[in-house]
This record gives sequence, structure tokens and C-alpha cells, in this order.
Amino acid sequence: MSLDVRALREQFPILAQEIDGNPLVYLDNAATTQKPQAVLDAIMAFYTQCNANVHRGAHALSDEATRRYEKARDSVAHFIHANSREEVIWTSGTTEGLNIVANGIAQRLQEGDEVMVTQMEHHADLVTWQQACTRSRAILKVVPIHDNGALDIQAFEDMLSGRTRLVALPHVSNALGTVNPIKKLAALAKQKGALVVIDGAQGIAHGGVDVQDIGCDFYAFSGHKLFGPTGIGVLWGRGSVLEDWPVWQTGGEMIARVSYEASTWGALPNRLEAGTPNIAGAIGMAAAIDWFSKLDLEAVQSHEKQLLASATEQAMAFDGLKIIGSAPDKIGVLSFIIDGSHPADVGFILDRQGIAIRTGDHCAQPLMRRLGVPGTARASFSLYNTLDEVDSLFRALKKAQMMLA
Amino acid sequence: MKLPGSEEIVDDLAFFDDWEQRYQYIIDLGKSLPPMDEADKTEDRLVRGCQSSVWLKAHRENGVLHFAVDSDAIIVNGLLALVMAAYNNKTPEQILTFDIDDYFQQLDLERHITPTRGNGLRAIVSKIQDIARESR
Repeated sequence: MSLDVRALREQFPILAQEIDGNPLVYLDNAATTQKPQAVLDAIMAFYTQCNANVHRGAHALSDEATRRYEKARDSVAHFIHANSREEVIWTSGTTEGLNIVANGIAQRLQEGDEVMVTQMEHHADLVTWQQACTRSRAILKVVPIHDNGALDIQAFEDMLSGRTRLVALPHVSNALGTVNPIKKLAALAKQKGALVVIDGAQGIAHGGVDVQDIGCDFYAFSGHKLFGPTGIGVLWGRGSVLEDWPVWQTGGEMIARVSYEASTWGALPNRLEAGTPNIAGAIGMAAAIDWFSKLDLEAVQSHEKQLLASATEQAMAFDGLKIIGSAPDKIGVLSFIIDGSHPADVGFILDRQGIAIRTGDHCAQPLMRRLGVPGTARASFSLYNTLDEVDSLFRALKKAQMMLA
Repeated sequence: MKLPGSEEIVDDLAFFDDWEQRYQYIIDLGKSLPPMDEADKTEDRLVRGCQSSVWLKAHRENGVLHFAVDSDAIIVNGLLALVMAAYNNKTPEQILTFDIDDYFQQLDLERHITPTRGNGLRAIVSKIQDIARESR
């Protein structure tokens, strides 16, 4: 069955608008996705029907808020195939999830231990580990990529050692769209006894994430890249690993017993969730997951594939355009530069034509240096984009190229 | 092309009625902005935006501030030329009394100078104003 994109788009009120008299063509989905009406309704319903703090109420509103909030956790657990709901930790987003892991591992690393990341890392999945290593005098090893943006699997294997304590890598590269073979890489790392952390920020919205099948220990992602609200995300951790994971923030909600002298910690998941959580965010994120789960995933994936294929084909035929990142397994992202033009200039002219893309270093400065570019222009696609919009992108690019020449 | 003054720019831009001509004008301004010597593009003169980078060099002579600016993006250079038309070779008093937001509004370019744009333009304006304040 093919995806009815027209009907789908009607569920996203924001997409119907015009920018400077041109229809909005939103191709910045790797930065954040738009939100369907179902998500907006769920957030509105929470605030209009049952806004109250969770877990502590002695009244009906708090009971209802707690019920919706904890049901949201069940939705996430089910969506990613967690072993149990206690493995789902609410965070403010992928970055916080990775920081919870980095903070914990920094307390356990010994001098000379090794942490491995890749050259394609987003700063959130690089600076975190770099700082953890600096604090504990561990060694940060960076697995190289090939020129096409694919990970050097052989190097990955060779660089693993008996001292490798943790391996962190993205499911999908935000700057290049490279899909990493995370199941295979996780298995290699596990053989050495390392913990495996997947930055799932870009992977989650393309569907089919099964944390058990991947075999990793942590998988972190954000709600807002999955059609949900900003300020909410999830750190999934394997129960046996999370069980005694060092606490992150301290305060209310996460304790068992407190005296003026000392405190004991509560049970998972609350132990890693200090303070009043983002209740509306969690409920909105679950609404997004429920909405997404009702779609025909195969049709979604085939549509996304078509969008990228059409974009890639037109990009290759475009004189003076260079695609940055052409790994064989790629999803959702077309990163490129136009000869003689700075990506920011290209972005300006596209913006003026109603086309939203991202330009710059994509929070991956070392990767840009590795690829020898100051930055790229990046068009990123989601299930509600159309092939017509891909055509609009290239028409607008033609104009940008002419104006900037 | 000699860089025009700020009033002249406001007049010029008002003359165009479509965005393409306006942006082409800004692009041409950007191309005519004298480039900064590579040797002057030092780390301490760099204002980094996440989309593009801008360098600013300043010196004072006979009570007047002289600036050199450069960017790796041509439209940012054009916008910098607009900023230079307002600020370059002016006294600190002139700089501090000039209403830059109103100027960009008249140019209908205010969205490029908002702090949210990662092009370094706002940061350059703030830096020039700081220098003017210190040189008073």
C-alpha cells in the first residue's frame, strides 16, 4: 500500500502556511519534525482537563495526570520493545540522556580505560564522552569514516580492545544520513565486554527500533524529532545496567528516605528522574508514538526512500553541486555544497523562496573538518514531504546558484 | 564600486520591488566589500556563527573609528556592507546614537539581524557598539 501523503499533510496544520508568498516547503526534519493534530490535542487536553503534579496527589486531577503520564511510559516501552517500563527514563532530550550515561561512566572509568566514538559524531555524542574521559583520565578513541561517510567497520573492529569500556555511536548520522549497522557493531563491542550507547536522535523517526534486537545497553532519543514536543526525550537502558547506574540529578521524586545527614535512592525509573517531570511533554510524546505506530511503516519507509532517491538523482544531475555523504546505507538526509557558494548563502536564498533547510556545521565541527568543508546545506525529509517539494528544492537551488554566481 | 552611504542604501533598496533584485543588490554589495587581509583574520577577531564566520578589525584615528569586516558568506558580507555604511569612519557618538534596528527595518531586512540568526551579524553590531562605548 502506498502512503496517502496528501491526507497525512492535512494532519499537520503548520504545513499549510506560506512564507513570503510561497508555500512552505519544510525540509529541516532532522532538526525537528512538525507535530500532527493528535499531538497538539493531547497536550491541550492535559492542560485543559487534568493538569496536576504526578505521583503525589491526593486528588482526582493528580490521579488522572499520573495515569496519563505513566501510560505514556508504557507507550514508549512498547514502541522500542523495552523489557520493562522501568527501563524507560524520561529526559529532556537525547543530549540529557547521553549526559546521564556519561556522568555515570565517568565515575567508573579508570586511568587508561578506553571509550570509543566515531568521526561522524554530533557534538552531543562527542563532547559528553570527551569530558567523561578527561575527568577520569580515560582515552577517547575515534573510529574513522570512509570518504563517502560510511563508518570504517574494519577500523572499528581493530580499535576495540580489552580496555574498551564503552562504545558510543549514532544510529543515523545527522549531518550525512549514514545509517550505521548498529546491531553488528553492538555485537562486536559486546564481545569485548564494552557498554554500547546508541545516539538514536536521527534513527527513531524512521521506525522499527527494537532495542532488544539491536543488543545495545542504552538508546537515547528525543520526542521532538519523532513528531512530539520539544523538551522531552527518553533514555532507554538495559535493566541490569540501569539497576545501579549512578544517580544523575538529586532532589524530589528520586529518593526513598531523606534525613538531614543522608539519603537513600528510590527505585527505577524515578531514581534517574529528579524533580517534577515534563508531564505534558511525556503525554505529547506518547501521542506522537501512538500516531506514528498507526501508520503503515512499510509504506512510510518506502515513501521516504523515494524522496531521498529523487533528491539524490536530481542532485547528481545538478551542475556544480557536490553531495556530501554517499554511504550505501543512507536515510532521510541530503547534505551538499554548491561550488563557489557558501552554504549559508544558499540557505538565505532558499529561505526567501519558502524552503526551509539547515546550513552550517550541523553540530559536528570535527566531522566537517574531516570532510574538508566549512559546513554543508542539508535538506532532510520526513514522511509528510512530497516529491513535488523535492522538485521545488531543486528549482529554488537553481535560482540560488544563478544569483550567487 | 564605491560603498554607498546608509541613506543612499535605504533609497536604493526602496527602489526595487521584488526580492530577487534586492538580494542581488546585497550580493553585489557583498562582492564590493574590500576583503580583509588573510593575516588579519586572527582568532581574536573572529565572531563565529554556526552558519558563517565574521571577522572584525577596528582602530581609532583622530577620534574616528575605522573598521574592516569580512565573512566567508557573500550575503553576510552584503549585510556587513550595510552595517559598515552606518558605522564605518564615524565617531563613537555617531555610532552609539545610530538606530541600527530602525535602519534594518527600513531596509526590510530586520529578520537577518535578529539574535536568532546564526550569521554573526548581531554579534558584530554589539561588538562595534562596545568598541564605541569604550572609545568615548
